[in-house]
Amino acid sequence: MIEARTLTKKYDDKVAVDGLSFTIEPGIVTGFLGPNGAGKSTTMRMMLGLDRPSSGSVLINGKRYAEHAAPLNEVGALLEARAIHPGRSARNHLLSLALTSGIKRGRVEQVLDMVGLTEVAHKRVGEFSLGMGQRLGVAAALLGDPRTIILDEPVNGLDLDGIRWIRALLTRLAGEGRTVFLSSHLMSEMAMTAEHVIVIGKGRLLRDQPMADFIREAAVSSVRVLSPEGDRLAEQLKNAGATVTVDATDTDGTLTVEGVTGRDVGTLAAQAGITLWELAAQSGSLEDAYLALTRDSLDYQDIAGLSPRHPDSTEEHAS
Amino acid sequence: MTTTTDPALSGDAPARVDSGEPVAGRVDGPVTQRGVIASESLKFHSLRSTLLVLAAAIIGMVVLGAVIAFNTRDRAGLDPEDVVASGPLQGYYLGQLLMAALGVLVVSGEYSSGMIRATLAAVPTRLPVLIAKAVVFTVVVGISMIVASLAAFLVAQVVLSGHRPTYSLGEGSTLRVVIGTGVYLTLVGLIGSALAWIVRSTPGALVATLAIILVVPILLELVFPSWGTYITAYLPTGAGQSFSTSLPVPHALSPWTGLAVMVAWVVAGMVAAAAVLKHKDV
Repeated sequence: MIEARTLTKKYDDKVAVDGLSFTIEPGIVTGFLGPNGAGKSTTMRMMLGLDRPSSGSVLINGKRYAEHAAPLNEVGALLEARAIHPGRSARNHLLSLALTSGIKRGRVEQVLDMVGLTEVAHKRVGEFSLGMGQRLGVAAALLGDPRTIILDEPVNGLDLDGIRWIRALLTRLAGEGRTVFLSSHLMSEMAMTAEHVIVIGKGRLLRDQPMADFIREAAVSSVRVLSPEGDRLAEQLKNAGATVTVDATDTDGTLTVEGVTGRDVGTLAAQAGITLWELAAQSGSLEDAYLALTRDSLDYQDIAGLSPRHPDSTEEHAS
Repeated sequence: MTTTTDPALSGDAPARVDSGEPVAGRVDGPVTQRGVIASESLKFHSLRSTLLVLAAAIIGMVVLGAVIAFNTRDRAGLDPEDVVASGPLQGYYLGQLLMAALGVLVVSGEYSSGMIRATLAAVPTRLPVLIAKAVVFTVVVGISMIVASLAAFLVAQVVLSGHRPTYSLGEGSTLRVVIGTGVYLTLVGLIGSALAWIVRSTPGALVATLAIILVVPILLELVFPSWGTYITAYLPTGAGQSFSTSLPVPHALSPWTGLAVMVAWVVAGMVAAAAVLKHKDV
């Protein structure tokens, strides 16, 4: 269990994390969502005592991380793919961490095997691909068989197989009763992995709810209508309390109606004697909902038309 | 509580364990200073760059000792520093450069690679890492440099024998000077480590270390010709000379005082380093 209480981090005059309070429960995968620069990494570093909070606190199983006698048994963390010295072999990297708290050599071999790096374990990490480095980071996180697992952008640099592998691994770890907390700036990735979601923007808490609720709320539905009497229909719909927008680029005059159901639109049109050519209910995408939620908290805006999603979304497949 | 877990959402996941119970079989014990020293020892020995610098210093010291001896076989026209017992140990000029760099690298390499975050996540109380790095450096570099210094001296005596009078380790201050050179080089490296903990960057710490051991003493004596040497005797280099050279140095401290002063510099540096490490974000 991870408990943040009005956790705040200020750098000079910039507030990176602004009064975050939340509780992350064991037994499920909790996703940590937010645009780049929202304060996710800073929050995670404070969990591990690498950064000192300006005010507030974050406790792991009731204690500050540094107060745990066997920290690797408490928390396994993947903070950055390259928190590893490139001149050392993968095996020696893990061994050096294991030695600090008397973890047996056999456990090092075990985690190397779990992440599929046994055959390259003698190679210098500098020769590793981004994905291999990420797997080594996951191996290091699992080294102490920890009760809590914190992963910052774990799918970065992984190929599709790697992403599937990590999804299955996290689900299994959570199923074993562990606390699993992972960050991503990709909504789509998170929707497939996390059961609970915490969304932040500009360091502030935006959402803290079960993923199912987030999806339900996010799925704002609209109705697409095409009618030869579009203007009159729009008038009637507005009178009924609906929001109607006309797509300027659409020469047919298709209406997008929000706030009423498709059934309402059909009934209303029949009562008014208006012909309908098309009537289609549409559900909004999760990605759109996430973007709408975090838009105000972005430090920058996407260049219109260049990227419908987050600019960094291509990282997912870079390897 | 932010959520209640819905079994339907987790599919066929096995039954959960109560949050208060450790779910994992304990595979480790608590962090111990001994364990951290073992870890730092492995880190020291598992980097090619570290071992190369150390080997270069040892070989350099011995080869330079032999070369200096060879070039000074004939007594005529020699400078005083070439005639004294510590003459063949002048390879320490190279040695101190390399040990300063090594002392910096074992610490700054953690910061430049990001490894420091993994290191401090494993040892969140932090200070055991500083202690372990200093212990490993002192033992490994101390032994290496004392051996290198002894080897340089002994090889030089072989080269000199039959040409001019040689020195034996048993006479006068010779043994103290030879071991002192190894000790001096180790302490210079520790100053480099302390500065690297403080400034965290390889070039920054390297410049700071070389400035303190090479540049500052010369500048002091240039700027204050009359009393500069009184001060430089207390700087690390001057204090080090008191126990690492057979050549009389003006205003030099006595060897044991000099050693104490240089150790004090190292301790002061490490205390400052510990304060920075303990309190600054990484």
